[in-house]
Amino acid sequence: MREITKLIHKYLRHDKKFPHVWCPGCGNGIILGALIRAIDRLGFTKDEIVLVSGIGCSGRLPVYVDFNTLHTTHGRALAFATGIKLAKPELTVIVIMGDGDAMAIGGNHFIHAARRNVDLTAIIFNNSIYGMTGGQYSPTTPYGMRASTAPYMNIEHDFKISELAVTAGAVFVGRGTVYHARLLDSLIEKALLKKGFGIVEVITHCHVQYGRQNKLGSAVDMMKWQRDNAISVEKAEKLSPEEKRGKIIIGVLVDRELPVYQDEYERIKERAKVSTVRGR
Amino acid sequence: MGYRYEIRLSGSGGQGLILIGIILAEAIGLYEGLHVVQTQSYGPEARGGASKSEIVVSDEEIDYPKPQKLDLLLAMNQASCDLYYRDLKEDGKLLVDATFVSQVPTNRAIRIPFTKLARERLGREIVANIVALGAISELIDLVSFKSLEWALLGRVPKGTEEINKKALRLGRRVAKGALKEMKGKEIENYTIDESSL
Amino acid sequence: MEKKKRELLLQGNEAVAEGALAAGCRFFAGYPITPSTEIAEYLSQKLPQVGGVFVQMEDELASMAAVIGASLAGAKSMTATSGPGFSLMQENIGFACEAEVPCLVVDVMRGGPSTGLPTSPAQGDVMQARWGTHGDHPIIVLCASSVPECFHMTVRAFNLSERFRTPVILLLDEVVAHMREKITLPLPEELEIIDRVRPTVPPEWYIPYEDNASGVPPMAPFGEGYRYHVTGLIHDIRGFPTSRSDEIGPFFQRLFRKISQNFAEIHMSETFEIEDAEITVVAYGSVARSAKRAVLEARQRGIKAGLLKLMTLWPFDRPAVERVARGSRVLLVPEMNMGQISREVKRVNNGVCTVVTLNKVDGTLITPDEILKRITEVYQDERDN
Repeated sequence: MREITKLIHKYLRHDKKFPHVWCPGCGNGIILGALIRAIDRLGFTKDEIVLVSGIGCSGRLPVYVDFNTLHTTHGRALAFATGIKLAKPELTVIVIMGDGDAMAIGGNHFIHAARRNVDLTAIIFNNSIYGMTGGQYSPTTPYGMRASTAPYMNIEHDFKISELAVTAGAVFVGRGTVYHARLLDSLIEKALLKKGFGIVEVITHCHVQYGRQNKLGSAVDMMKWQRDNAISVEKAEKLSPEEKRGKIIIGVLVDRELPVYQDEYERIKERAKVSTVRGR
Repeated sequence: MGYRYEIRLSGSGGQGLILIGIILAEAIGLYEGLHVVQTQSYGPEARGGASKSEIVVSDEEIDYPKPQKLDLLLAMNQASCDLYYRDLKEDGKLLVDATFVSQVPTNRAIRIPFTKLARERLGREIVANIVALGAISELIDLVSFKSLEWALLGRVPKGTEEINKKALRLGRRVAKGALKEMKGKEIENYTIDESSL
Repeated sequence: MEKKKRELLLQGNEAVAEGALAAGCRFFAGYPITPSTEIAEYLSQKLPQVGGVFVQMEDELASMAAVIGASLAGAKSMTATSGPGFSLMQENIGFACEAEVPCLVVDVMRGGPSTGLPTSPAQGDVMQARWGTHGDHPIIVLCASSVPECFHMTVRAFNLSERFRTPVILLLDEVVAHMREKITLPLPEELEIIDRVRPTVPPEWYIPYEDNASGVPPMAPFGEGYRYHVTGLIHDIRGFPTSRSDEIGPFFQRLFRKISQNFAEIHMSETFEIEDAEITVVAYGSVARSAKRAVLEARQRGIKAGLLKLMTLWPFDRPAVERVARGSRVLLVPEMNMGQISREVKRVNNGVCTVVTLNKVDGTLITPDEILKRITEVYQDERDN
């Protein structure tokens, strides 16, 4: 067995009835691999990691790995994770979401988690479609594309997940693709090390739903598209807006310091101990 | 069945009626050891809408928490006076803020300009409710002035104790005077003679 | 002196908050909504003093989710809301039922549906508390009618939730939530506090949803060596999603059995003057207080009336209602809704005696006079027959 395979097997739940639910060629396995490599390299114990997910193909990820795992309701993973982290701050809480999960039904939780700055790491699988339910358009389906609920074409405009996170106050924002696997490892590692709310947006492909309906070819073809259309943050800085159009900018978009919720709350506890409020 | 003594404090939102209801209930319940229930009702808005705070006192456990027939009604504005006067018992007491209530439905009303007094005597209109509370202490036998003062000091913001104590005493003094005037007379609407203060 | 210090004049909402602290609640997540907000305000002040956490979330969906997350991490947790927020919480209340996560939801009932009457009392959420979340599920719902009950029933709600690994819903109505009464807070040693059963086996032997005699599997908090999977999907005994009918069936059987075999422990009610009652009023919440006064006044008029006050609404207290149905000629069910508990009373009564209703939905508490009038009418009718 190759070293890398051995490493992955160290973290899989062998008592879980495999095979997994993902289609052959799906990018989700690459993201799972990157996540495991990052956790392993940082030396976390399995007990201190909590994986929380929402609903959709990405939502099934935690069940396969041997951590404390929680598969929640659609869109609410960040809110569940907030409760876990605040009740037990010593845990490292990682949230797995899809684009529909994080941007549509969970969009409000997403911006408020970023604003509140609880120490969580969110990994968002962006495949531009609702895959599990059969290829309906999502908030990240680009204008003009097709989906099973946009059989003529999608007339809505897409959210830019990372840019929204930056605006909402996330302290770490990174974007990668499943093609650039090494970059993905390092982005997840950086996000896990960062104290505060950090996200990694991962551009992945759903060749079965999005690819098929839009004639984008096989999984390999779609990964080649990622290779050919991604440019690094450093390179993008030198390009004009026209040159950047249609490109995926990958790398670390934001890495900044802001007060973290739990630290602030610790100070509240200290203040509360000495204060007396009248009439209570 | 034990006795029930029923009080309604009414006016508009922002006049502090719920606060004085709590203070009165606390004084009667905790310091005088009687059974007491305080309820309130108010509109969705914090300021300006109709507001009332009600207290039921008894020597035994209280079932129905709302007043049925009032023994005492405080009306801090005309609308509440008009609306609630008919809920008074035949011998129930009506106390009004004469600053805002110009028409009283009975010649036995006790009219004291709480807001005007608070403004002119204490420089703070906001304590008009406490002046009214002081007056109430003279009108009911359920609570001693001392108890009321203790309850008041436990509920008002730090730094405002002195002005609140003054307001409470002012209310008591004015009500005392009013009752003395009214005693033994076929009462006309009583209005305080401000020069006597 | 010590005793004097512990006697307080508290609002129903404040008593709920005190009860929660006494029960060991150390996590509150919520969203402000009238008439429940005082619970959040009180706990935002007190929880940090005892090392607990208060967080105001972006909405009630998130509040309920955070409450469940905190409970999975090992904290006793709760939220408080009113109708509109309660509707939003239903999604994750279902999750807590399915994944068997203990937690408390306080719903202060105001007029509805929709935004309804934000500052007025009602009892319209009784059926929603039972069936608000989709799918078949057992649940425990309590209802308080006084300030001391707000305290003690909150403690009890936490105990039941921990004991049976289920969300518990405590219903108040606006009158009870906002009324102030005297309460003597018990000393900690005077209260029975129940905590969830934790696994005693080593992690490698832990099967998180395995059946046992009580039907309640031991619950391990996240982060203490017992790594397992929690999901809102129907799951097997290991917590993993399943679509095998031989696993789904037993899961549901156990979910219901853990509550149904303990009805006697969950049911709470009080009776007043029922020994010789010909007319028994069945009431709950603030209406039970009006009913008690009406019963007293009816007795003064020579009508043999009595009262059954329901304190556990769900699972419905069938034995208590059957007992009064056997002894009475008429059961009168006054409610601040168009008839929710009265349906259950009729079902349980099953034709034994006459069941009549008194429904009021005008935003005000039913008065003793209104109940007395109904008692008198019904009494007259029964005599004429």
